[in-house]
Amino acid sequence: MTFGRGLRALSIASVVLICGAFALVFFWAPNDADQGFVQKIFYVHVPMGIVALCGFVAGGIYGIRHLRTGDRAHDLRSYVAIHISLVLAVGVLLTGSIWARAAWGQWWVWDEPTLVSFLIVFLLYACYQPLRFSIEDPERQARYASVFAIVAGAFVPLNFMAVRMADSLVHPRVLGTTGGAMPGDMRLTFLVALAGMACLFVTLWKYELASKSASIQLRSLKRRLAGEDDLAPLQRSTAPQQL
Amino acid sequence: MRGTVAALVRKDLRLELRAFESVPAMLMFSVSTFVLFRFGLDRSSLEGDLAAGVLWVTLLLAAVLGMNRLFVAEREQGGFDGFLMAPVDRTALFVSKALVLLGFLLVVELAAVPAFVLLLLQPGAGQALPELLAVLALADVGIAVVGTLIGALGVQTRARDLIIPLMALPLLVPVAIAAAEATAPLFAAGGAEAFPARWLVVLALYDGVFGLLAYAVFDFLLEE
Amino acid sequence: MAITAPATSAPAVALEGVGRAYGERVALRAVSFALPPGATVAVFGANGAGKTTLLRILAGLLRPHAGRAAVLGAELPREAWRARGRVGLLAHEPLLYRDLTVRENLRFHARLHGVDPARVQALCDQVGLHARADDPVRTLSRGMTQRAAICRAVLHEPELLLLDEPLANLDPGGALAVAPLIGREAGPARVLISHDAEQGLAEADWVLGLRGGRQALWAPAAQVELADVRGLYA
Repeated sequence: MTFGRGLRALSIASVVLICGAFALVFFWAPNDADQGFVQKIFYVHVPMGIVALCGFVAGGIYGIRHLRTGDRAHDLRSYVAIHISLVLAVGVLLTGSIWARAAWGQWWVWDEPTLVSFLIVFLLYACYQPLRFSIEDPERQARYASVFAIVAGAFVPLNFMAVRMADSLVHPRVLGTTGGAMPGDMRLTFLVALAGMACLFVTLWKYELASKSASIQLRSLKRRLAGEDDLAPLQRSTAPQQL
Repeated sequence: MRGTVAALVRKDLRLELRAFESVPAMLMFSVSTFVLFRFGLDRSSLEGDLAAGVLWVTLLLAAVLGMNRLFVAEREQGGFDGFLMAPVDRTALFVSKALVLLGFLLVVELAAVPAFVLLLLQPGAGQALPELLAVLALADVGIAVVGTLIGALGVQTRARDLIIPLMALPLLVPVAIAAAEATAPLFAAGGAEAFPARWLVVLALYDGVFGLLAYAVFDFLLEE
Repeated sequence: MAITAPATSAPAVALEGVGRAYGERVALRAVSFALPPGATVAVFGANGAGKTTLLRILAGLLRPHAGRAAVLGAELPREAWRARGRVGLLAHEPLLYRDLTVRENLRFHARLHGVDPARVQALCDQVGLHARADDPVRTLSRGMTQRAAICRAVLHEPELLLLDEPLANLDPGGALAVAPLIGREAGPARVLISHDAEQGLAEADWVLGLRGGRQALWAPAAQVELADVRGLYA
């Protein structure tokens, strides 16, 4: 099973888009009227957030496919998607915190519903790997992880809705952009940044898939050639170790 | 299906009455937590937002205790095997366990909510009973559904008592939000204020989505 | 009396190249045999040879990873639901709730299987549990618990019995009492795991030997010597 198709093209596209986005952010996008230069962290924070959320939902979708077909490759895809999204979620929390500090002087603001939702989603997905690690049987581990991925994936939109509703309309959106509509040059920069982040996610996802599936196949070849007794037994692990 | 659910529920209720593992613990825990809040917040009477928050946090944490124990008998005494070999619809196990957890929550609340009113609620605060019951009922259904799913997910793992709360509490945040927001005006200092019914819609939506989801995926947790 | 089955009915158990692994460890590999209805196969093998795995596959609790398995004409795992309720399992654990009484446990199983609850009393009397039927299972001795577990296994009159060392913990009186339920004269096809080679051979029509998860022996019991069985444990 090859996961590495199109990696070179994707890597180049990611680099181009990200460099392009940085260039646009620093040299072209206008400074925000209220917050000044600091607001530009928005071009990292929000694309990261959107891509992370899509990654979590994708993890849930692959979880569904795994349960329906029993093909463990889907579980591997789900695992990697959630794993990378979790890292991005930490990035969202950190950049959000920096932004809040720079714009409002506090390291955390409860008034920003997206940030709060991310905190909750992060706390939930932080259980994913401990859950996997605590189940020894690989088949059962994959199945239970898929169930969790599906439930958590369905939870993400519900959570955003609930937190947004809880946030009273009296408080203004702290980390929003000027008004609600984005002027044209900001929008272009934002879209390029979003495309770059998405490309980066897919590239990293494919890289990790290719790497993991290669080591799995290598191990299965070693077992066949050298015989079972010569290999050290698989240690308990969070990542899928068999396909 | 109905007969199977009835047999399973009856068995679980009988086990609970025999061994008294879940309900007394949940109840004692709730009352102790109220006492802790009294001292932790350094307030002997609460109203409005604060009262609603204390009540719901306590109820959610008590529910976690119930979740932890929900499938333990099946896991440790071979109940899963016996059930899996019977010619019954496997989803009956999910329905019966969710009903049992719901029952436990209702029984605990029957005692814990009056205890809360007596111990912590400011005497003049409003206590609109029908609305409160509606919130309790809808929130309990959501807690029962999610709790059963997470309880089944966690029972097969090693650190089951740790991982179940860690998974369940974030998932129940929308319930906490909706229930607290809906209850806060009911505990207002000058008497119950207008009831924000939109939160009941949120709870109902949550119950519906997770109910259907859990119903669909539960069978996969039972296979081996 | 042994039941001789008509040649046209489906075998009670039919396995072809069945395998099952736990992660990387292969517990069963290439097991193939067919058991006629009403016949008994004695399964011998050292600890870890795969006997329990085989039993759990036949019970429908484990999915085979390789090969084809059919129990009572139902292909596993695709048609496993067709065999449910027709197979009785007596495992190492009694599969009884310790805090419930024997009677409550059996009545619960009766309800799950759609069996007349009156049968519970009849079974308790037959195995000598009538005096202890209303005591919680955790207060029973291992022998009594085993009798209760046997009642649970045969309560729904299964067509196939899967017995993992059924006479363990039973005194001679107990063994005699349960014989009509799980012995050869009971009727259903039986897969019997036993460490008592002589007794196993006497009970069986066929012998299956497992070593290291592989099938080391499959022959009619009449053609198997004690030495062959002992060799499996070497």
